[in-house]
Amino acid sequence: MTLAPETTDLKVRLRLADGWFTACDLGALLPGRGVAALLPDGRQVALFRDRSGALYAIDNRDPFTGAAVLSRGLTGTHRGRPFVASPLLKQRFDLASGQCLDDEAVRVATYEVKAA
Amino acid sequence: MTANLGGTPTIVLVGHGMVGQRFLEALAERGLTATHRVVVLCEEPRPAYDRVQLTSYFSGRTPEDLSMTDMGFIEEHGIELHVGDPAQTVDRAAKKVTARSGLVVDYDVLVLATGSYPFVPPVPGKDATGCFVYRTIEDLLAIEEYARKATTGAVVGGGLLGLEAAGALKGLGLTSHIVEFAPRLMPVQVDEGGGAALLRTIEDMGLSVHTGVGTQEILVGEDGAVTGMRLSDGSELATDLVVFSAGVRPRDQLARDCGLAVGERGGISVDEQCRTVTDPDVFAIGECALAADGRVYGLVAPGYEQAETAAATIARDESAFTGADLSTKLKLLGVDVASFGDAHGTAGDCLDVVYSDSRAGLYKKLVIGRDGTLLGGILVGDAEAYGTLRALTGSVPPVAPEALVLPAGAGAPAQLGPSALPDDAVICSCHNVTKGTIRGAVTDHQCTTVPEVKKCTKAGTGCGSCVKVLGQLVTAELEASGVEVDKGLCGCFAQTREELYEIVLALRITSYQELLDRHGREEARGGDGCEVCKPAVGSIIASLAPTIGASGYVLEGEQAALQDTNDHFLANLQKNGSYSVVPRIPGGEIAPDKLIVIGEIARDFGLYTKITGGQRIDMFGARVEQLPLIWARLVDAGFESGHAYGKSLRTVKSCVGQTWCRYGVQDSVRMAIDLELRYRGLRSPHKLKSAVSGCARECAEAQSKDFGVIATSNGWNLYVGGNGGATPRHADLLAQDLSDAELVRLIDRFLMFYIRTADKLERTSTWLERIPGGLDHVRDVVVHDSLGICDELESLMAAHVSHYRDEWAETINDPEKLARFVSFVNAPDTPDPVVGFVPERDQMKPDLPLLDIGRRRTEEDVLEGSAQR
Ligand code: SRM
Ligand SMILES: Cc1cc2nc3c(=O)[nH]c(=O)nc-3n(C[C@H](O)[C@H](O)[C@H](O)COP(=O)(O)OP(=O)(O)OC[C@H]3O[C@@H](n4cnc5c(N)ncnc54)[C@H](O)[C@@H]3O)c2cc1C
Ligand code: SF4
Ligand code: FES
Repeated sequence: MTLAPETTDLKVRLRLADGWFTACDLGALLPGRGVAALLPDGRQVALFRDRSGALYAIDNRDPFTGAAVLSRGLTGTHRGRPFVASPLLKQRFDLASGQCLDDEAVRVATYEVKAA
Repeated sequence: MTANLGGTPTIVLVGHGMVGQRFLEALAERGLTATHRVVVLCEEPRPAYDRVQLTSYFSGRTPEDLSMTDMGFIEEHGIELHVGDPAQTVDRAAKKVTARSGLVVDYDVLVLATGSYPFVPPVPGKDATGCFVYRTIEDLLAIEEYARKATTGAVVGGGLLGLEAAGALKGLGLTSHIVEFAPRLMPVQVDEGGGAALLRTIEDMGLSVHTGVGTQEILVGEDGAVTGMRLSDGSELATDLVVFSAGVRPRDQLARDCGLAVGERGGISVDEQCRTVTDPDVFAIGECALAADGRVYGLVAPGYEQAETAAATIARDESAFTGADLSTKLKLLGVDVASFGDAHGTAGDCLDVVYSDSRAGLYKKLVIGRDGTLLGGILVGDAEAYGTLRALTGSVPPVAPEALVLPAGAGAPAQLGPSALPDDAVICSCHNVTKGTIRGAVTDHQCTTVPEVKKCTKAGTGCGSCVKVLGQLVTAELEASGVEVDKGLCGCFAQTREELYEIVLALRITSYQELLDRHGREEARGGDGCEVCKPAVGSIIASLAPTIGASGYVLEGEQAALQDTNDHFLANLQKNGSYSVVPRIPGGEIAPDKLIVIGEIARDFGLYTKITGGQRIDMFGARVEQLPLIWARLVDAGFESGHAYGKSLRTVKSCVGQTWCRYGVQDSVRMAIDLELRYRGLRSPHKLKSAVSGCARECAEAQSKDFGVIATSNGWNLYVGGNGGATPRHADLLAQDLSDAELVRLIDRFLMFYIRTADKLERTSTWLERIPGGLDHVRDVVVHDSLGICDELESLMAAHVSHYRDEWAETINDPEKLARFVSFVNAPDTPDPVVGFVPERDQMKPDLPLLDIGRRRTEEDVLEGSAQR
């Protein structure tokens, strides 16, 4: 799936408790670079897109520092799994499961996400 | 040993040189400092220092750096050290030593370690003003002082020390001559062929060599100062300064005066225990001693062994000094010269294997016994094989001897690594460390790096000539014990940063993805890489951008996705998710109007301000969406990005310099500004810092910088590889008395060579320590162009300089890029509510969010960039 972002009007949508929420244009997501979106209840979500076009959404808050910055980390692939590294103290989080790869006891929330 | 009445027995050491200090350490190791009173009479105005490294004073090592005496050690062991107070007489009957100050000490054991004095041939005029010897720090200080007024210098003696002295004179900016009586240079160490190779190389460096002539008279002007010398062939040589380096003689006068036996040609006669043959209570060690084998040793390693022997004898251990190896390896004026074993084939019934290439200044000779045993050899111009060959001496080498001296490519080059050596081969002769001991350090003591092994075994901490072999052994041993030494950048690339740089440059690869898919590890291809290689490759592409045809703008296309958050937002992320803003203030010079602009901006946006350690101003607490607004005003007022966020040039600090300061000798502020503007924006493996001081008082702390510049009355001295931070390192002098243009050209080359060959997140200091050959190699490459790449390095830098654009000016004029500077993609005007502040000392500080989990200590304490090593 390699759609040129500027020729589509696809939106990035998240599943919340009460249905699908539109976060932004797909074109706003550069592969490898995240953005943050504000949810209606005041929570923040970090959205990512990898080079194959797959989308990921996790809680934006870095559990190690409390700052809402996970969307600003660098992404990568570790043993075939996508991850983001916190820009503050560099812990890695699995983008699909939210599991922290450096500390078993820590996990961030994830959201179902699609382009439609 | 006779105890003195009621008190503890006393050991008196006369002479606190290199061997004397080692003797004290040996006493302490054997517990003798606890049971004895130890008194040291030291003639020089400073305690023991490293005489072997004396010449490094001229490349920036201070007398303090050269010191070998840890005052903590002296105090801890209760040693009474009398500095500047030589022994004048010894009364052996009364067992008393009298010092110049009048101090009288009773001894039970007396140890003489008085070293040597330089021999000055008895020629007329030898005591004129401008005549020097080369032995102590004081000698060097005097030569340096006198050389300020001189233009030409001559060294009498073309031996090891003479060449060192001539190199030092050349370094001081003098036209230098060497006058040697023998028909070749270094007559003791090398043979005729070796001397010829050496001569050519040294003449090519601009030194004039006169062999086969003696010095007949020193010519003196009316003011009593040297004007020249008359040589034995009748010719005259004009010179302002003469350094005598015609050999040394043992300092045995004190011994003679008290009736101890000395050799025919000098030296205090001792037995195998280093006890004088005349008096069992007196010992002699080091260069003043005539050993039991009839030799006076002029090297430090045999002296150390004698010190151990004497201490062991005093402690009643079995020990004997029966003779020592005279192998040496030196780097003379940048030329490798080594000789080992029976270099001159005196054993008879032996054969020479010689390889000589006069064009390249190479000469290699091996002396082979009848049965194939390697007996010794001489290497000039290339002493790579020294470590291995020295250790093989006395055995039959596992390959044909000629294969060991042929250069790679000619015939069958034997890659005879140190793994071919037996375990009892001595790798470090300064400290007598065998290969087995080094292997043991890795296997039994878990050392995994060369510095650890050095610390554990002492190997490599003397003359340093064995460090290369040491490194090879450590790697081999680690690999053998199953530790895979993966030198790859990360899980995605098996190459080092340096290799990736070469690939990007050679193949003109402008995309990270392309590099990963074509050159990444099999399992990483097609993936998304990782946070380690992305910024490293991003930095390589940015450094080379103009040359390989990539965009130099770090937010362009794919580049944007490779940058750490700091580079991506062109600001530094702070602990609560806000950013700091650091405009460039070149050289630390700022006009009041610009200061006022900064003040106004900080006030209007409510930012916390602080003067940084880098002579500029940091404004903290900006939210992402404020960054473009702040920068629009800064750019308007003429400010540019300070790259406080980038692995790139930070600041070039300056002192006020000649313009205002009464001591300044050059305009350090102007130079700092010029350098900062030249190298701003240059992406590098790690941050780069610099400083320029207007005189030797060094108010800008240039010697703690990656490249530091200190003004001299003749131009600029360039220092490299300095570092503050957790592991501070003083910079090394790379070159002296440079003109403005020479300085800039040399820095261009140095920086580009560093960018090309350093590891990721490796400051110039660690890089300089790591790369094979160290400072000498870097000097060869960037000063002498030994790799022939200087033109390329310069043109890479020229391309960088001409393509520089301010990142912030570019960004605020690009609406698409500006759209990224929001806290929320779906609510661009809403600030991040997590970023909060509370007041403190008339300003504000972050109001930290409550944490869900405790902070972990281990990983956060690791410095940025220090994790992998
Ligand atoms: C702001 C400043 C402290 C201050 O308030 O004075 C500072 C702040 C930081 N320093 Fe520094 N250093 C600052 C001057 C220094 C100096 C002094 C100097 O440059 O003369 C040093 C020692 C000199 C040196 O680098 O050799 C210094 C040695 C370090 C080190 C240790 C480097 C090392 O090689 O050991 C780090 C950690 C690293 O880079 O790995 C570091 C890292 C940092 C970081 C980037 C840590 C981080 O990741 O957050 C800080 C970010 C600054 C920010 O957010 O703006 N900072 N830091 C100074 C900025 C100077 C400037 O104008 O750019
Ligand atoms: C420039 C240079 C380069 C060298 N390079 C090398 C090298 O690469 N490899 C190598 O092995 N060797 C080298 N050497 C030789 C090495 O420095 C000596 O072998 C070593 O210093 C000998 O140590 P020592 O303690 O016997 O003598 P020294 O280090 O000379 O110490 C003797 C000390 O005794 C003091 N003294 C003398 N008389 C009295 C007295 N009456 N009372 C009190 N104190 C007294 C002297 O002032 C001196 O400080 C080099 C020497 C020089 C000068
Ligand atoms: S380094 Fe020298 S010129 Fe510069 S301020 Fe200090 S004393 Fe003055
Ligand atoms: S041989 Fe001199 S330090 Fe090892």
